[in-house]
Amino acid sequence: MSEEPILAVEGLTIDIPLAQGTLHAVRGIDFELNRGETLCIVGESGSGKSLTSLAVMGLLPKRLECAARKLAFRGTELQGQPASAMRQLRGNRMAMIFQEPMTSLNPAYTIGDQLAEALLLHRRVSKAEARARAVELLGKVGITAAESRLSQYPHQLSGGLRQRVMIAMALMCEPELVIADEPTTALDVTIQAQILRLLVDLQREMNMAMILVTHDLGVVARVADKVAVMYAGEVVEQGTAKEIFEHPSHPYTQGLLRCIPVPGRTKPGEHLGSIPGIVPSLIGKVEGCAFRTRCDLAESACAKPVPIHRTQGGHAWRCIHSDTERVPA
Amino acid sequence: MLTFALKRLGLAVLVALTVSAVSFSLLYLSGDPASAMAGESATSADIEALRRLYGFDRPFLVQYGDWLFNALQGDFGQSYYFKLPVSQLIADRLSITMLLGVCGISFALVTAIPLGVAAAVRPNSFIDRTALFISVMGQALPSFWFGLVLIVIFSIQLNWLPPSGSGSWRNFIMPTVVLGYYAMPAIMRLTRAGMLEVLNADYIRTARAKGAGEWRVMFKHALRNAVVPVVSLAAVQMGFMLGGSIVVESIFALHGAGYLAWESIGRNDLPTVQALILVFAGFYIVFTFLSDLANAWLDPRIRVG
Ligand SMILES: Nc1ncnc2c1ncn2[C@@H]1O[C@H](COP(=O)(O)OP(=O)(O)OP(=O)(O)O)[C@@H](O)[C@H]1O
Ligand code: SF4
Ligand SMILES: [Mg+2]
Repeated sequence: MSEEPILAVEGLTIDIPLAQGTLHAVRGIDFELNRGETLCIVGESGSGKSLTSLAVMGLLPKRLECAARKLAFRGTELQGQPASAMRQLRGNRMAMIFQEPMTSLNPAYTIGDQLAEALLLHRRVSKAEARARAVELLGKVGITAAESRLSQYPHQLSGGLRQRVMIAMALMCEPELVIADEPTTALDVTIQAQILRLLVDLQREMNMAMILVTHDLGVVARVADKVAVMYAGEVVEQGTAKEIFEHPSHPYTQGLLRCIPVPGRTKPGEHLGSIPGIVPSLIGKVEGCAFRTRCDLAESACAKPVPIHRTQGGHAWRCIHSDTERVPA
Repeated sequence: MLTFALKRLGLAVLVALTVSAVSFSLLYLSGDPASAMAGESATSADIEALRRLYGFDRPFLVQYGDWLFNALQGDFGQSYYFKLPVSQLIADRLSITMLLGVCGISFALVTAIPLGVAAAVRPNSFIDRTALFISVMGQALPSFWFGLVLIVIFSIQLNWLPPSGSGSWRNFIMPTVVLGYYAMPAIMRLTRAGMLEVLNADYIRTARAKGAGEWRVMFKHALRNAVVPVVSLAAVQMGFMLGGSIVVESIFALHGAGYLAWESIGRNDLPTVQALILVFAGFYIVFTFLSDLANAWLDPRIRVG
C-alpha cells in the first residue's frame, strides 16, 4: 500500500525498575497498522498487552522506561515529541478505551460534561455544539434518551452503559486510531458481544484503525485483519488473521488454537485454551525463548537467541523451527 | 439528600441541647451560686436575698427550662460584671471573632491546599518534605508560644506590626497567621492524602487519554474529588476556630468573644461564660452540620441518589 501506515512500531521495549531488579515487561515488539485495519493482540495475563497500548498513547507511568527504534503515528515519530504535541494527538487522533468501565469515568462530573470535554479540548466549538455532538454519539453507541443522559452522573449508569459512554467519548473527535484494551472483560457476559459488535460497527463506519486487545479468540476470528500473539513481553507470532488461524506456526499459538476445531466458528465468549506451566519471571536478564519451559518442541538451541521467520505475506514467528507443522512431535 | 439533611439536623439539635444542659449546670459546679455571687463577707440574709432575686431557690429543671427559653430568644441574662445584657455584650465582640475566624480559615486553605497538591504531585520530593516539615511544626508549636514568637519578632524586634489591640487590619495579621497555621497541617495532609489516592484513579488516566493538560488533570479532575473531605474538615475547623480562638485573642488582646470569655472566667461572670459556651458550641454544631451537608452536596453519589 502506498499510504503511510497509521501506526508503525519497531523494537518497543518497556522496562520496569523494581526493588528486585528490572522487569523487562515488553521486549522488542514490532507491528504495523494501516488505515481502517483491525489488529487483535492476544496473549495471557501479564504478557504486556496493556503496557504496549499505553506506550502507543504515551500514557505509561513516568517511572517505567520505554524505548523503541520506531514509534510512529502516520509517519511522525512520537518519541521525543513535546508533551503538548502528544496532548494534541491523544483523544483527538488516537483514543483509548479502557478495561475498567466502572472506574474510568470521573464520579464528580456529569456524562455530558465529560463527553463534551473530549471535543472541547481539541476543537473550537461552543459548549452547545459539543453537547450536540455528545448526544449524537450517545445515540450511535445505542444509548436511548441520550439528551437526558447528559445530566446523569456515572454512578447512575450500569457497567455496560458506562462502557458505551467510554466508547462514545473515545470517538468524539473521530480518531484515526482507537485502542480498545479488553473493553468487555469487566462486563456481564450477555452484553460483551453487543458492546464488541457496536465497537466494530463504529470502527468500520468511521474507517478507523483499531487495536483490540482481547482474550476472546472467537472475537479475533470474526473481526481481526491482523493478529499479534504476545507471550512474556514478546510478539511470538503475527500475521493476517487467515494465516494465524490456518497456519499457526509458533507452538504457543498452536497451543492457544488447539481447542478451536474450526477457525472462524468459535462461539463468542470462548476463552484461550490453557497451556500447562507458568510464565517465567522477566526480572533480570532474559535469554532464549521464554516459552521453552512449556513447549513440547523445546531443544537446547531454544536457550540461545531465537530467530524470527518471515513469509512474504507478512506472517512472522519467533521460534527455532522454521516449519513447526512438520516437526515430528 | 433531604432525609440525610433532616437526620443530621436532628442530631445537631440533640447535641445542642446536651451542651446547653452542661453549660447551665456550670452554675452549680462551683457550689451554691448565690453564696459565690455574694462574696465572702456576705451575711446569710444577703445570700438568701440574692438567691430569691436570681431565682436560685426554684427547682433545677425549672431554672434550666427558664434559662433555655430565654436563651432561645437571645436573652442570656445580665452580666454580673458589666451589668449589661449578656447578648449585647457578646454581639459586640462576635464580629471580631468571626472576622478572625474567616481570615484564619482562609489563610489555612490558601496555604494548605496548594502545598498539599504540590506534595502529592511529587511525593518524597523537596517540596513534599518541606510541606511535611511545615505541617509537623504547625502541630508541634503551641499557639500561645508561636504567637509570642511572632510578637517578639515582628512587633518588638522589627516593629512592623502592632502587638495587641483590634483597631486596624494590621492587628489581625499575626492572629490570622497563628490561628490559620493551627488549622493548616490537618488540611494539608488531608489534601495530600486525597490527591495521592485520586491521582492513581482510572479516571485520571482517562482524562490524560482525552488529551487534557496536567493542570487540568490536577485541578479539574483530581482536586475536585480529593477536596470533598477537605471542605468538610475546613467547616469543622471553622466552627472550632470561632470558639477556640480564646488563646489567640488573649495573646494579641483582640477584643473578640474569645477574649471576653477569658476575661469573664477570671471575673467569675457566670451568665456571660454560660452564654459564650453556648454560642461557641452552637458555632461548632452549626459548622459540623454544614460540613455534613457540604460533603453530601459535593459528592454526586450522595446528592443524586
Ligand atoms: N505500573 C506497573 N508497575 C509494576 N509492574 C507493572 C506495572 N504495569 C504493568 N506491570 C507488569 O508488567 C507486566 C505486563 O503488564 P500488562 O498490564 O501489560 O499485562 P496484560 O497483558 O495487559 O495483562 P492482562 O491481560 O491481565 O491485562 C505484568 O507482569 C505486570 O505485573
Ligand atoms: S523456540 Fe524452542 S521453546 Fe521456543 S517455541 Fe520454538 S521450539 Fe518452543
Ligand atoms: Mg491488560
